[in-house]
Amino acid sequence: MGVASIPVGPESPIQREYRPRTDFFKGICWLASLLTVLLLVCILLEVFSKAWPAIHRFGFGFITGVQWSPNREVFGVLPVLIGTGISSLLALLFALPLGLAIALFLSEDFLPAPIRQVIRFVIELLAAIPSVVYGLWGIFVVVPLVQQYGGILADKLGFLPIFQGPAYGNSLLTASIVLALMVLPTITAISRSTLVTVPYALREGSYALGATRWETILGVILPTAAPGIVASSILAFGRAMGETMAVAMLIGNSQRLSWSFLAPSNTLSALLANQFAEADGIQVNALMYAAALLVLMTLCVNIAGEAILRHTQKTTAGLR
Amino acid sequence: MNAPTNLKQLCLAAVAFAAASIQMHASTTINGSGSSFAAPIIIRWGIDFQKAHPETRINYQSVGSGAGITQFIQNITDFGASDVAMSDEEIAKVGGNVLLLPATAGTIVFAYNIPGISTGLKLSRAAYIGILLGTVKSWNDPLIAKDNTDLKLPNLPITVVSRSDGSGTTGVFTAHLSAVSADFKAQVGSGKSVTWPVGVAGKGNEGVTALIKQTPGAIGYVEFGYAANNKLSMASPQNKAGNFITPTIESGAITLASVTLPENFRAFITDPEGANDYPIASFSWLLVKKSYPTADKAAAVKAFVAYGLTTGQSVAPELGYITLPDSVVKKVLAALETVK
Repeated sequence: MGVASIPVGPESPIQREYRPRTDFFKGICWLASLLTVLLLVCILLEVFSKAWPAIHRFGFGFITGVQWSPNREVFGVLPVLIGTGISSLLALLFALPLGLAIALFLSEDFLPAPIRQVIRFVIELLAAIPSVVYGLWGIFVVVPLVQQYGGILADKLGFLPIFQGPAYGNSLLTASIVLALMVLPTITAISRSTLVTVPYALREGSYALGATRWETILGVILPTAAPGIVASSILAFGRAMGETMAVAMLIGNSQRLSWSFLAPSNTLSALLANQFAEADGIQVNALMYAAALLVLMTLCVNIAGEAILRHTQKTTAGLR
Repeated sequence: MNAPTNLKQLCLAAVAFAAASIQMHASTTINGSGSSFAAPIIIRWGIDFQKAHPETRINYQSVGSGAGITQFIQNITDFGASDVAMSDEEIAKVGGNVLLLPATAGTIVFAYNIPGISTGLKLSRAAYIGILLGTVKSWNDPLIAKDNTDLKLPNLPITVVSRSDGSGTTGVFTAHLSAVSADFKAQVGSGKSVTWPVGVAGKGNEGVTALIKQTPGAIGYVEFGYAANNKLSMASPQNKAGNFITPTIESGAITLASVTLPENFRAFITDPEGANDYPIASFSWLLVKKSYPTADKAAAVKAFVAYGLTTGQSVAPELGYITLPDSVVKKVLAALETVK
């Protein structure tokens, strides 16, 4: 079989002249993206319309109220809002230094490339573990640890409101520690890819000026990669806020207002997961109100993230 | 050419599938949903019943009592199950086309985890109310110790474990506590989902069980069956007559035997008075329609419920439920007969 056997002639399809036709592919793409937007709008509409009776009835008092008693139709989510914010912040506080350190380690040439590849793969695999498995692991590993050392912490540092006893195993701290592990891959993966893209000329320039490796990392590479690192933190924060199953299993599910990290707390998503199934009447509306608040909070975080990202990109633009 | 053959095969397959689905519809499917507390026994009845009556399919989904009532009202299901009887308002929503039939019963126990004390803890009414309201904070509190002179209670903080999800268990438990203590009624009240003044909360009976097992000093409330299956230590609460009653199938049965059921079967056992009654018990109701749209459906539902009330009662003890007294079964069967 030779090349000559391929039919090439006036009637060959290859030589058929190009005629513009309706671009179905483009149409399908348009439709798909439109449907996605429409779906989001529908979800928001549903959430807000179901929430409306509660918004109408409880108004702003829902956000400032400190008591959540469905049996008395008293609904206030302030403790839950605080729990959501603090647990995610605390998780970020634990995960950011660790994640950034790992990202740096993996982007520099401290180790041969194949080994770095393996470590990177393992860390990104953390993201593939289902939430409920993190929850179980937390129950069997982190809860006993917090129970044991939390008591000591409460004894020694109990004068600080955040370490006030009694120490519970299922607490804000426990949930935050597990959340930190859950968001670690997000921080590491995004930070690493930004660190890798820092132009090599910048490093060489820094070394040429006599800077040591650490001076280069701290003074040149990290500031250049800052927008990516900020973006990774914000994505991680968003994920931590929305995380449900593991948190519901570990945080202790208490709607009481407490400043102690060692006390049980609750988050919006855990509250929804716990109470939706058996809710009826106005409680459904109140839970929808809480869901609407969660949506708004994640929206605000993402907008803030975008704003910070743009701002830092502008200020570091000169470096690139 | 392969394509026509494939098409032919596809058509045949489609016809066969359609025939199969028609075949399936020839049998009767009855759908039910509701109480997660009663789910194990209802599902067991479903399996056993289907073995004897292969023409009937029973689907039961353990979605919770509240959702079970809602789905029954919305006509999504043929029967519902609830640990809390339907309210007059809810009965009005189905135009009175509902019968509440007690189908099984259970008790709720105080399960605890005190290292070294696996059995024999007695809790007076003042003690358990105090613990749950957070005024009794340690296991060696005199209020607990005075009834347990034979036990060496440790100086261990008490961790109260409650249910984080709405649940009929919480409803029955808080109804009892509110009947016992005016303070509890004022501070917490009763309902499927309440705010506890102290402690942590877990999702479902299994979540509470896990928290109790894991936390030294914990005390919580779970269904007797869960506590027994998980080998949790159970306290003996004091009943209205002043006696400390060990939770067993037998003591639960004594409580049920002393209940006089009204005509509509809506009996709430908030605080039984008998000398040997276990104090915290409840019926679980099946909700069935007074009249079904087809005779087939009515016959299938009647057969299934009748099975549960008679033969089905024999599996109750092994699943941790209380067998209904014969007098109750007789009354309920008579009511079931009126279903059309």
